[in-house]
Amino acid sequence: MNASSQQPRPPPLTPPHKGEGKTGPDLTIHVRGWLLALPAVVLLAAFTHVPAIRTIIESFYATPHGARPAPFIGLAQYRAMLDDPIFWRAITNNLLYALITVPVSVAIALIMALWVNGKIRGRAVLRLAFFIPTVLPMVAAANIWLFFYTPDYGLLNQIGRAFGFASINWLGDTATVLPALMAVTIWKEAGFFMIFFLAALQQVRPDLYEAARMENASRWQIFWRITWPLVMPTTLFVAINALINAFRVVDQVIAMTGGGPNNATTLLLFYVYQVAFSFWDSGYAAALSTVLLSALAAVALAQFFFVDRRIHYR
Amino acid sequence: MNITRIIAAAALASAALAGGTASATEITFYYPIAVGGPIPKIIDGYVEEFAKAHPDITVKPVYTGSYQDSIVKAMTAAKAGTPPDVAVLLSTDMFSLVDDDLIEPIDTLATSDADKTWLKSFYPAFMANSQAGGHTWGIPFQRSTIVQYWNKDAFKAAGLDPDKAPASWDEMVAFGKKLTRRDASGQVSQWGVEIPSSGFPYWLFQALTTQNGAILANQDGTKVAYNDAKVVEAAQFFADLSTKYEVMPKGIIDWGTTPKDFFEGKTAVMWTTTGNLTNVRNNAKFAFGVAPMPAKLRGGSPTGGGNLYIFKNKDKAKEAAALEFAKFLTTPEKAADWGIATGYVATRADAWETPAMKKYAADFPPAAIARDQLKEAVAELSTHDNQRVTKSLNDALQAILTGGKPAQPALDQAQAEATRILAAYQH
Repeated sequence: MNASSQQPRPPPLTPPHKGEGKTGPDLTIHVRGWLLALPAVVLLAAFTHVPAIRTIIESFYATPHGARPAPFIGLAQYRAMLDDPIFWRAITNNLLYALITVPVSVAIALIMALWVNGKIRGRAVLRLAFFIPTVLPMVAAANIWLFFYTPDYGLLNQIGRAFGFASINWLGDTATVLPALMAVTIWKEAGFFMIFFLAALQQVRPDLYEAARMENASRWQIFWRITWPLVMPTTLFVAINALINAFRVVDQVIAMTGGGPNNATTLLLFYVYQVAFSFWDSGYAAALSTVLLSALAAVALAQFFFVDRRIHYR
Repeated sequence: MNITRIIAAAALASAALAGGTASATEITFYYPIAVGGPIPKIIDGYVEEFAKAHPDITVKPVYTGSYQDSIVKAMTAAKAGTPPDVAVLLSTDMFSLVDDDLIEPIDTLATSDADKTWLKSFYPAFMANSQAGGHTWGIPFQRSTIVQYWNKDAFKAAGLDPDKAPASWDEMVAFGKKLTRRDASGQVSQWGVEIPSSGFPYWLFQALTTQNGAILANQDGTKVAYNDAKVVEAAQFFADLSTKYEVMPKGIIDWGTTPKDFFEGKTAVMWTTTGNLTNVRNNAKFAFGVAPMPAKLRGGSPTGGGNLYIFKNKDKAKEAAALEFAKFLTTPEKAADWGIATGYVATRADAWETPAMKKYAADFPPAAIARDQLKEAVAELSTHDNQRVTKSLNDALQAILTGGKPAQPALDQAQAEATRILAAYQH
């Protein structure tokens, strides 16, 4: 705006007094603002908001077959959901998934960041090594882990056998299959979150640490009193992202287990995909999506209204 | 510059030539790839050959990924108003396509005497999955059955006749006990048999139910018999192989890694599709054999694989062109050629009389095993709302195999679930 000296001066940014200039400059700045935002608004609306709203509307209709129109059925899809054992299984699996992968991957990310933030030899290589899982596409990573988990000659079982443990069918047993998938998520996400922590750690003023050391504070005290509170905003950001990701897991389920055995790894988004594109029940899939959407919206709102206020920002 | 001019001239010339014939009908052909090999090259070759014989039809082949990707693409395209004209999709997708009113019954298009003979030329076992409600909806194209592959060297090492595969359930157990090798600490280094149970366990399980004399669904896809006493018995045997007889690994056996287990000597016998024939031939470092399924009350296997479907179109010329292309792809010569190139079972008896197929079967006798087994083959489990109805069986089987539930209650629950879903289709 400042560069355009040829054009008429932009209107002052302070709002005009009541009663004056209601049409002219005031309107132009709004129009301009909207024009600038237009491309983003159109894209977001076309690919996010309109589909989301249509999904909510469709969830109140039965699934149309062929050219027949879909009748309005109100809340019937949601009532069916309450009686659907696989839906409840997916919800339970998803909550477990979040409950374990979020804290573990955040903790590992912070520990890795603290480690590679210190002055150690080979730091760059170490940082790169931690970050590499993030760069791999999820399906490629899942295929690597598929090999790790293969019974008998898979990597994990070969190592286990060397120490005399019995071979475990990691993906073929309902007890081990969900933790096996969680391990892949943690492995993949921790390196990514480490980058955020690393940036946060480098923002902490060194004089705080110097002062602490002059006071003879222990390493634990330094971490607990200085580092932890100061990286708190990052921790929150990372935890929210991890939580949202936990509800968006689908790639490794498709690549590694197909939701089995006996729905042990059916997560909500995978179930939505299955209902929509294997069962062709778009109405029910829309209802499931609406539930997923509401859960994610609730997480985001919780972040904005409650947790944000309790965090100390500098 | 010169090159551009030549291209321009060529384009003009070809446009002039094309103008000479009547305006060409363009049809789209969706096909998936489910086996190894240079499939797109073969398909492109067929399309070119077809173009020479039918200058008035242009076929646009579209590779659409796996079977699941292909049905998703075909259904979505059809709902958006631009369906493919002809597509290769799973034979079990038939009811979904019929229920959504997307495909044309082929018997209403193929009405001449020659066409009627053509419809009757395929193996009845393959047609069982292509007909419902008095109509023929699909043409068998890339079809398969389950066979057992056995490691002859392992049989010899275990003191068994290397040329004799297990021919009955009892032999499966007896041979399996000899073939299962344990080291001093009780670790198994070689299993007697592997029957995969990941993803779509119902298909391999259907071999067991067929052998035990049960039929899982009726021809019109409106009823299933999941908790029939014979089905429960078959499920119990499936689980017993690992828990009671201890000749098969416990838990879920992955479909994708089963051939690798066989190549690595981890299992002496495996059950898998005939479509793996070329794969096994190229990768097994030992003498192997291919045998029909073992028998209980009878032998037998479900069929599997894909059919050609013709999609509904207001433009009847397109439907006629699609039929023409489907006929071209299923001549005895093409069926033989496709079978040799891919490992699928050539779909009609006269294909096995062609010189190319005769030579292939003479050089590689295992290729004929699947064909001979067709006499005892049954239709693959397929119903209305197919994937949902089969999922209830898949879940029950995986619960039984992982020890989550005994056979009877698990299958009772699957039956109740399937009956509830199919209630909408009882007329």
